[in-house]
Amino acid sequence: MELEKFEYDNKIVRNFTVATMIWGVIGMLVGLLAATQLVLPDLNLTSWLTFGRIRPLHTNAVIFAFVGNGIFAGVYYSLQRLLKARMWSDKLSNINFWGWQIIIVSAVISLPLGYTSGKEYAELEWPIDIAITILWVVFGWNMFATILNRRVKHLYVAIWFYLATFVTVAVLHIVNSFELPLHFMKSYSWYAGVQDALVQWWYGHNAVAFFLTTPYLGLMYYFIPKASGRPVYSYRLSIIHFWALIFIYIWAGPHHLLYTALPDWAQSLGVVFSIMLIAPSWGGMLNGLLTLRGAWDKVRDDVVLKFMVVAVTCYGMVTFEGPMMSLKSVNIISHFTDWTIAHVHIGGLGWNGMLTFGMIYWLIPKIYKRELFSKKLANVHFWLGTLGILIYAIPLYWAGFMQGFMWQDFNPDGTLVNKDFLDTVTKLKPYYTLRAIGGGIYIIGVFIMMYNVFKTMLIGKLEVNEAVEAPSLPKLIGKEEGEHWHRVIERKPVRMIIVSLVVILIGGAVEIIPTFLVSSNVPTIASVKPYSPLELEGRDIYLREGCYNCHSQMVRPLRFETARYGEYSKAGEFVYDHPFQWGSKRTGPDLHREGVGNKQNRPDSWHYLHMLEPTDISPGSIMPSYEWLIDDDLDKTYSERKITAMRTLGVPYEIGYEEKVLEEMEVQARGIAENILKDLQPDDFSPQQVNKLKEKEIIALIAYMQRLGSDIHKDSEEILNK
Amino acid sequence: MLKFIKHHMTGIDGIEIYPIISLSIFVLFFVGMLIWAFREDKSKIEELKSMPFD
Ligand code: HEC
Repeated sequence: MELEKFEYDNKIVRNFTVATMIWGVIGMLVGLLAATQLVLPDLNLTSWLTFGRIRPLHTNAVIFAFVGNGIFAGVYYSLQRLLKARMWSDKLSNINFWGWQIIIVSAVISLPLGYTSGKEYAELEWPIDIAITILWVVFGWNMFATILNRRVKHLYVAIWFYLATFVTVAVLHIVNSFELPLHFMKSYSWYAGVQDALVQWWYGHNAVAFFLTTPYLGLMYYFIPKASGRPVYSYRLSIIHFWALIFIYIWAGPHHLLYTALPDWAQSLGVVFSIMLIAPSWGGMLNGLLTLRGAWDKVRDDVVLKFMVVAVTCYGMVTFEGPMMSLKSVNIISHFTDWTIAHVHIGGLGWNGMLTFGMIYWLIPKIYKRELFSKKLANVHFWLGTLGILIYAIPLYWAGFMQGFMWQDFNPDGTLVNKDFLDTVTKLKPYYTLRAIGGGIYIIGVFIMMYNVFKTMLIGKLEVNEAVEAPSLPKLIGKEEGEHWHRVIERKPVRMIIVSLVVILIGGAVEIIPTFLVSSNVPTIASVKPYSPLELEGRDIYLREGCYNCHSQMVRPLRFETARYGEYSKAGEFVYDHPFQWGSKRTGPDLHREGVGNKQNRPDSWHYLHMLEPTDISPGSIMPSYEWLIDDDLDKTYSERKITAMRTLGVPYEIGYEEKVLEEMEVQARGIAENILKDLQPDDFSPQQVNKLKEKEIIALIAYMQRLGSDIHKDSEEILNK
Repeated sequence: MLKFIKHHMTGIDGIEIYPIISLSIFVLFFVGMLIWAFREDKSKIEELKSMPFD
């Protein structure tokens, strides 16, 4: 057979590897800052450094910048070798690389400035969403064309995982990002309330599945065999693993919404599929670990394998824990607490982090044609990493349990033991401190790795184009006698992609279609009305400041919840919420019953003072102070257009309402400003003071706070009279 | 009050069938896949397994 000469592109692999390390360190440092702010709230130095704005930066940076670049590095390395072909187009490879970095930079700039769609893990605004879509297509196109130009017959299992990743992430991203632009950097989610929640968690859950899991499983199936010199334990198991995983994962999203206003059947569906997920996940984990059977002596000496073993073990732990957390009885304790944060960090720091590090330590010496600069330092990194994970996670698990139980504690007379929510927060400070220390140790390890890798690069020399020879591909056409169905699919990447697409679409459709059948625009509760223009502006401030990173708006129908917050939340109350703001974590109390007529209601002046300096009102509070809301005037440029936009989305504002917007805002704002001044300086304030105060952002935010969850208390008559 | 949750989607005719359909699709698919995976012949498996090393 004739041998063809060609070259692997190593430069693109190097570029992505360097980007992985740099963004990794940045993303983790931002995380460390956020963790420290929960102990020392004074570290919320300026508006753009407050917890609510940088926590999304942290999550986006580690997921899309650190892990994202890690995926590209690993895929670009392994794909070329598994297909015996150079990446199809160097130009596309470079566009993929630079485009992705530009997207990350725009996220790093826009998120702290408060440009956000307000949907967790999908915060980036619409122009960036479009750029991501284009870049993802570039990546897929390049990968696909390479597959079509390959010099081998079959597609190794790792590549199926890459293909499923490509297809599913594309679908998830597009469906979840339907939004109506208001201006260049602001848009509203197309969906509202329950529907938005369901779409968002279908996305959120599957982003974990198809961005943090499937591509990394592909990398596991390639790099563990390579690093250990042993083929995967069971190839049959890997086939089962693949199909079962992509099939089951896509259904499990509703487990993020247990006990919420989501319909029961959808909750049950989520639970059942979550439990089933244990099977393929553990199949995959065992397949990875058993690949090393009989080679454990190697694991002891080889730091790369050590990283990988810890990674796969963490994967096993986290995929066992996840299904457990979706059992309703466990979820009652874990939901909204730091337990969830501990859980995702076993995944993030353990599975993604350690596998990435192992891969980098293995790959850099290969493409630089020399040994790693220092094995000793790599070992130090390994221990720091492992220790860091433990010191991070154990205290946080403890904090989660503690808080979950404290919320539930009743006195014999039926009153809550911890009436003041803040009491359950201040007790967590020592644990938060330990968590930050654990994270710090982990990051020191990453710095050591960077030093080690850069030293290796300086001493070695990158083999930019690695020359190889392989026979050109024998004719692919024609089915072999008695050929297995799956190999037919393997040979045909197009079919492979279509089958995966169908599999994930079925799951997605069953989960989402029923919610679309219910018109979200028909209020199921007659007294629930659209927000006033001022409240809408306040809501946008709530989104901008990322209050949802600490506050939920979802009182679950549980005794200990209603005793604390009041009436539980109904699906019909959220029909005008574009986007929904149920939240996923309670660092502060739930706010859905903060409004007028509720148990939790506060005077306007209370909010004013509290936002100015939370610790003055609630000593020991870890909420940031928001003094700029009191200094800055509300920007009303878009107030009218916001009404139009909302009407387009189906919120029933009457035609022509825009003309009354400014006037109504003025009246409502003046009322709030007078209330505040009456309380703070009784009998002693001037009209000028009112005029000045009513223009401030804080007024709009207070208007929104006072509206939250208050409509169900108004009967329809009262509204008619208005 | 409970009716606001309970009747949100139960209004759709036959909605209960959804989880049942989904579960059946899954079970059928999974069983089929198991059968196929185990009928795969040994030498081919070995060939696929060794792909990262070729
Ligand atoms: C770092 C997390 C954090 C962020 C971010 C945060 N809060 Fe808080 N919030 C808390 C904590 C903790 C409390 C409870 C202690 C207190 O009253 O300050 C609280 C309490 C509150 C309360 C009082 C609830 C009640 O009735 O007792 C309101 C209202 C509130 N926050 C609104 C907001 C708004 C609006 C934002 C965004 C501009 C915001 N919070 C951002 C942590 C946070």
